[in-house]
Amino acid sequence: MTSATDPDAYTGATPDNAIRDADRAEKGPVLAADGTPLKASLARSLRVQKLRALGLIAPLLIFILVTFIAPIADMLFRSVENQIVSETLPRTVQELERWDGESVPDEETFRALAADLMIATELKNHTRLGSRLNYETTGISSLFRQTGRDMDEVGEVYLDQFVELDEAWEEPETWMTLMASDDWLTARDQWATDKEEAEAAQDAATTAEEAIALEFTTPEPDFQLNQISQEALPRTASIYRQFAQVIQSEDEDSPSEEEPWAIVYQALYEDLTAGRGEGYDGDIAGLLTEAREAVGSFEEVPVREFFLEEVDEDWADPEVWGTIEAFSSPYTAGYFLASADFQLTPQGIERQPEDQQIYGLLFQRTMFMSLTIMFSCIVLGYPIAFLLSNLPVRTSNLLLILVLLPFWTSLLVRTSAWKVLLQQQGVINDILVWIGLVADNNRLELINNQTGTIIAMTHILLPFMILPLYSVMKTIPPYYVRAAKSLGATPFTAFRRVYFPQSVPGIGAGCILVFILAIGYYITPELVGGTTGTFISNRIAYHISSSLNWGLAAALGSILLALVLVLYYLYDRIVGIDNVSLG
Amino acid sequence: MKLKTILLSTGIAATAGAVFAAGHETMADEMTVVSWGGAYQNSQQKAYTEPYVEMNPDVSVTWDESSAEAVAKLRAMNEAGNITWDLVDVVASDAIRLCDEGLAMEVDHDELLAEAPDGTPASEDFGDLIVSDCFIPQIVYSTTVGYRNDAEGWTGEPDTICALWDQENFPGQRSLERRPIGNLEWALLCDGVAKEDIYDVLETEEGQDRAFAKLDELKDNTIWWTAGADTPQLLADGEVVMGSTYNGRLFSLIAEQDQPVSMLWDAQVFDLDGWIIPAGLSDEKLARVKDFLNFATDTQRLADQSKYISYGPARQSSAPLVSTHAELGIEMAPHMPTDPANSENTFLYNYEWWADYRDDLDAKFQAWLSQ
Repeated sequence: MTSATDPDAYTGATPDNAIRDADRAEKGPVLAADGTPLKASLARSLRVQKLRALGLIAPLLIFILVTFIAPIADMLFRSVENQIVSETLPRTVQELERWDGESVPDEETFRALAADLMIATELKNHTRLGSRLNYETTGISSLFRQTGRDMDEVGEVYLDQFVELDEAWEEPETWMTLMASDDWLTARDQWATDKEEAEAAQDAATTAEEAIALEFTTPEPDFQLNQISQEALPRTASIYRQFAQVIQSEDEDSPSEEEPWAIVYQALYEDLTAGRGEGYDGDIAGLLTEAREAVGSFEEVPVREFFLEEVDEDWADPEVWGTIEAFSSPYTAGYFLASADFQLTPQGIERQPEDQQIYGLLFQRTMFMSLTIMFSCIVLGYPIAFLLSNLPVRTSNLLLILVLLPFWTSLLVRTSAWKVLLQQQGVINDILVWIGLVADNNRLELINNQTGTIIAMTHILLPFMILPLYSVMKTIPPYYVRAAKSLGATPFTAFRRVYFPQSVPGIGAGCILVFILAIGYYITPELVGGTTGTFISNRIAYHISSSLNWGLAAALGSILLALVLVLYYLYDRIVGIDNVSLG
Repeated sequence: MKLKTILLSTGIAATAGAVFAAGHETMADEMTVVSWGGAYQNSQQKAYTEPYVEMNPDVSVTWDESSAEAVAKLRAMNEAGNITWDLVDVVASDAIRLCDEGLAMEVDHDELLAEAPDGTPASEDFGDLIVSDCFIPQIVYSTTVGYRNDAEGWTGEPDTICALWDQENFPGQRSLERRPIGNLEWALLCDGVAKEDIYDVLETEEGQDRAFAKLDELKDNTIWWTAGADTPQLLADGEVVMGSTYNGRLFSLIAEQDQPVSMLWDAQVFDLDGWIIPAGLSDEKLARVKDFLNFATDTQRLADQSKYISYGPARQSSAPLVSTHAELGIEMAPHMPTDPANSENTFLYNYEWWADYRDDLDAKFQAWLSQ
């Protein structure tokens, strides 16, 4: 390979081939004037040059990275991201590892679910998770919304019984003693003192501005559990900590002033009936021992029963549990499977039901129509570009403006104009009926189908074909064709053997531009495409703006991007990207 | 606000600080309101913001015509952590979606909104129309059918929704919305399913197949629209002889543009439009939005809006106050979807049900359309 750009073909010393020469030198290292090896010295100067060059393009590079590459990468990343399930239902996901996949899960799983959902409900995450899982299994959205409403009743029966046993259980102070770490209690007391002082200073302020400036805005220190309760009552401690966090962050309140949720009593009951809590030797050991002895005789309401009977019988549906389990990992191939008309079910990967398979068809249609549009642009654009490049400059400039004029008109206006022209009662049909080519009761269907999309998009994308063609044809010297003719070629042969090969780079550039623009087009197919003339991009837009299924939209977008890159690669292999000229 | 609550909670409310605070409940002077543009946004400007700005000359209101993409944009804003909208007009199903996603703020309707003139609390005055905790209803509209009066070859006039399927008596092209909502219900209704059973039937596989089979009969001579303006244009051009769209669009086609078109009030699908407050507004902005909402959704203001557009006010107490069109001078009540004569046979669309089934049925519907 020795082309003009090969560094070794360049005569004279460049840093590149000097290094190579140094490599090839067999007799010891060549030394520079200062005694360091020439290779090292050259490499250093080369590095400086490269850094300087990088420095020059750095602003643009950073700009593109930040505003273009990063957002696209972030968007595409959503096609596999699925943390929401394991983050919202951590306990349930863990419990489901034991599930057999068929029966209704056991009491422990339902207990985990109740705890997870109570917290999710307080953070208002449960509906978000519901709509996420509803993409996979119809009905989960309302199931979660419905369940969220009933969550504060879980454990109420134990709350009442604990309080009946000893009213101290109702007191936030009891729970503070049981759960809070000493460090936190000290920090909180300090914070309360600070707050009081600040408020006293504020009251003493004489003007409103001063009072506002003195406002005490430091939040209460973050709640911390003590070690003993964590070990002795793990479940209660874990849910109490989340309760305290929610109270502090969402309600901007203090756990020292709030009675815990009923679910905390549920957890305490679970801990105590499981025989835990014996190791507790803290300040309220007496109270806890009393409770531990009493729980055996408590009236019991299994959480499972509560869910199945009070909340919604759909919780008995293994499909719901299967969906949670199937989508419990933080990354999922589910969206990509959905984009290929497959689905991820608890039983594994399955084909979508036939009446829901649309994406394969839409991808095929998008490719087919983009190619059709590209070819019609070549057929229409080539003669125009040829004419433009062969006319005197004055005339060709005028015609060029005509080519560019629609380019400067709003896309919507152009598309709407096509509607007026193409519809059944429109201009074209009226003329055809008038000259008697088609019968009045049998007017052509030119819009709201593939024909409409192809016509309108060919028109819209035509300038992208004409301009590169024109700029390439402009550079083809007219005397080549003349020479061919003088050597005996017919006009057709001269065109085919001499002119056309030289215009191929223009066709290549035009095709790439038109095809890549067409494949992602959205607004024109939406307006004139009806039902058979829409592209995959219309579905992407639907999932972005209407169904909010961004993961699926990202997966579809990634596939589209990959398709374009593959086609680009094939184009490069077959035609060669060096043969493309944009002017 | 924050200052005030802190002081109150520590029990020293009656001190100087609290007095300062109460007098300085600051409200932002700027408000960005998002709506649908066109005649509808114009009616909101006339009925709500212009009188409000007259009362509060310091306030400037910026309008953004992005309601159609509100759900996606709000989600993007929320992820970027920069909410630039203060009040957003959305349809009820979007409000439910936004509420589920945690992007809209839950409100206490009785605390936020004004009572009716007779003292009925807001939650009762709006009644069932409060379909979500985040949603503040504003208007009731219907998706209904309009038809040309001069269609050729027709026998009689359509008087039921099933005329859509009746090519024998009413030949010609139809236009229907390119989404399953509404169409599937109409299909089942015209296939003989009782109105109250429709969603039960649609929940089953057979019921869905049955609805699509009924729609198959229409498929060949139907144009499927995506924008509310499509059907009025298609009717005016004579491209279709019968088509569904929002009742306000048909009203302006008939009353304002004087086209030979009539409106059918049968099994029209009732739907709601209203406000949501984006979650995560600053205290000042929230105070301003709340103040504005209290004004803009009171009984008189909702009734005023109907002077400019034929959508029914969402408050029961507003209905008697509906008067005449601001420019045409015609009585508006007979054009309202809430008018007793028009609402004899309405179809109530089930939001919760669609929230569940929308994804599945939409995929089916699109696949059906593409076949």
